[in-house]
Amino acid sequence: MAEQTRHRPFDMAKLTSVPYLVWMLLFTIVPLGMVVWYAFTAYPNTDFTLQNFAGVLKYGKTFWKSIYLSLIATVVCLIVGFPMGFIMSRMSERGQRTMQMLIMLPMWMSFLLRTYAWMTLLENEGLINKFLGLFGIGPFQMINTQGAIVLGMVYNYLPYMILPLYSVMVKIDQSVIEAAQDLGADGFHVLIRVILPLAVPGIVTGITMVFVPSVSTFIISRMLGGGSNLLIGDLIEQQFLGSVYNPGVGSAMSLILMVMILLIMGVINRFDSDEMEGMLV
Amino acid sequence: MKKKNVLSKVYTGLMLLFLFAPIFVLIVFSFNESKSRALFTGFTFKWYVELFQNEMIMSALWGSLSMAFCSSTIAAIVGTAAAVGIHKIQRKGIRTAIMNITYLPVLNPEIVTGISMMLLFVIFKNLLGIKLGFITVLIAHVTFCLPYAILNVLPKLRQMDPSLYEAAQDLGCPPVRAFFKVVIPEIMPGIISGYLMSFTFSLDDFIITYFTSGSGFTSLPLVIYSMVRKKVNPQINALSAIIFVVVLLMLLISNLVQARKEKAD
Repeated sequence: MAEQTRHRPFDMAKLTSVPYLVWMLLFTIVPLGMVVWYAFTAYPNTDFTLQNFAGVLKYGKTFWKSIYLSLIATVVCLIVGFPMGFIMSRMSERGQRTMQMLIMLPMWMSFLLRTYAWMTLLENEGLINKFLGLFGIGPFQMINTQGAIVLGMVYNYLPYMILPLYSVMVKIDQSVIEAAQDLGADGFHVLIRVILPLAVPGIVTGITMVFVPSVSTFIISRMLGGGSNLLIGDLIEQQFLGSVYNPGVGSAMSLILMVMILLIMGVINRFDSDEMEGMLV
Repeated sequence: MKKKNVLSKVYTGLMLLFLFAPIFVLIVFSFNESKSRALFTGFTFKWYVELFQNEMIMSALWGSLSMAFCSSTIAAIVGTAAAVGIHKIQRKGIRTAIMNITYLPVLNPEIVTGISMMLLFVIFKNLLGIKLGFITVLIAHVTFCLPYAILNVLPKLRQMDPSLYEAAQDLGCPPVRAFFKVVIPEIMPGIISGYLMSFTFSLDDFIITYFTSGSGFTSLPLVIYSMVRKKVNPQINALSAIIFVVVLLMLLISNLVQARKEKAD
């Protein structure tokens, strides 16, 4: 009897997650179900169709361009962010704290403002072209190019690469690196054999946090790419808020984008756990 | 070794230059007399004056702040309750399923979350007569804040000694009161950090608000977007400068508090 009264509050406590579960069902699962529904029906009818996906095929080039540009941005972030994360992880405690703050500072500013900053720098009459003009160089067409889009992605999401890399590498004991050096490893081998394998979880998190928002952006491409460099995000936005309301094709695009990202993340995460197992053995 | 140190410093310097030079330029030109974004013609505060007289921006700021307050408060209450419940669930399958649903809004691209909710809200409008506006944005913001509320509280519950709660009950405290007197104070740091995360995410969100607001609600990021599209407007520069200073101050304060706490420990 006493045992029972003791356990009752525990059972009651489980019920406190019910409002949350109902909320998530209503506002996460049901909406995603609706995306699937619209993707496979001929709006405004409710007949099953694959026409929407056929409609997406037209935009295959845009899909590849989005993936291509955001992959470049992700690789650049990794190459530039990796040394920074490592340098940070070897700083004094105070230095680390200050650097963390400095890296986070632009992150907390609206990404619209960060992108706007580059818009003003890159435009034809912008500061960079004016500066180059002093030396008789240029002006260069920088805004409304694919390069500008990649730059915008790198600038906006670089902190999301540096911070996870730093937080993993800060756990690498200096003595591990010294041991490798004592055993005759040169700088390159210390990096490849010791630091890189230990940093894999950070690399995986960093890649995900840069790639996902890059591949689905519609602001960066619109502000820095002009009208001629549309990405997947722009296409989706146009289907829902453009002049033609076409939720069928828009949903099909969103579905493809979502499945693509989940697949890519699945592959990357498998790589991560394999590495982890390898490390533990 | 010395050479390496210099190299590290140069690299760090270049990185900070890359991160801050654009923002710095933005701030410098907020004091520019003319609308030019390349030539500095003279010093002025007039863009700041205009900014504070701009009713659209001020009401949007107020809208953003009240939205952040409402959504993070609801998320903190519902999320803490949910975390307590999830913590008690023993069956691994159910737990994994719930945690996967929790991670869904975090992993999903924001644009997909945005349009999926928009599809639901369009139905709301047609069936229930709920127009797109404050309510729909609030629902959307609570939804993407909830995971952060839960994920910050769960580790605190795990760290907590369960015998504390049992001891309170053995001493005659009714379960609900024991919960508020013992469990809540223990997990308070998690609730607060979840609340702060939710607040800043809600304040900063553009994409999901963009799809769920219709014309019924305006947030600061939405106004910034409409201003940026019209191109030249030095008020944006002034706004950036103010946001930069506010963020800097907040980070400095939180840093100081943290440093002091670590010293005390």
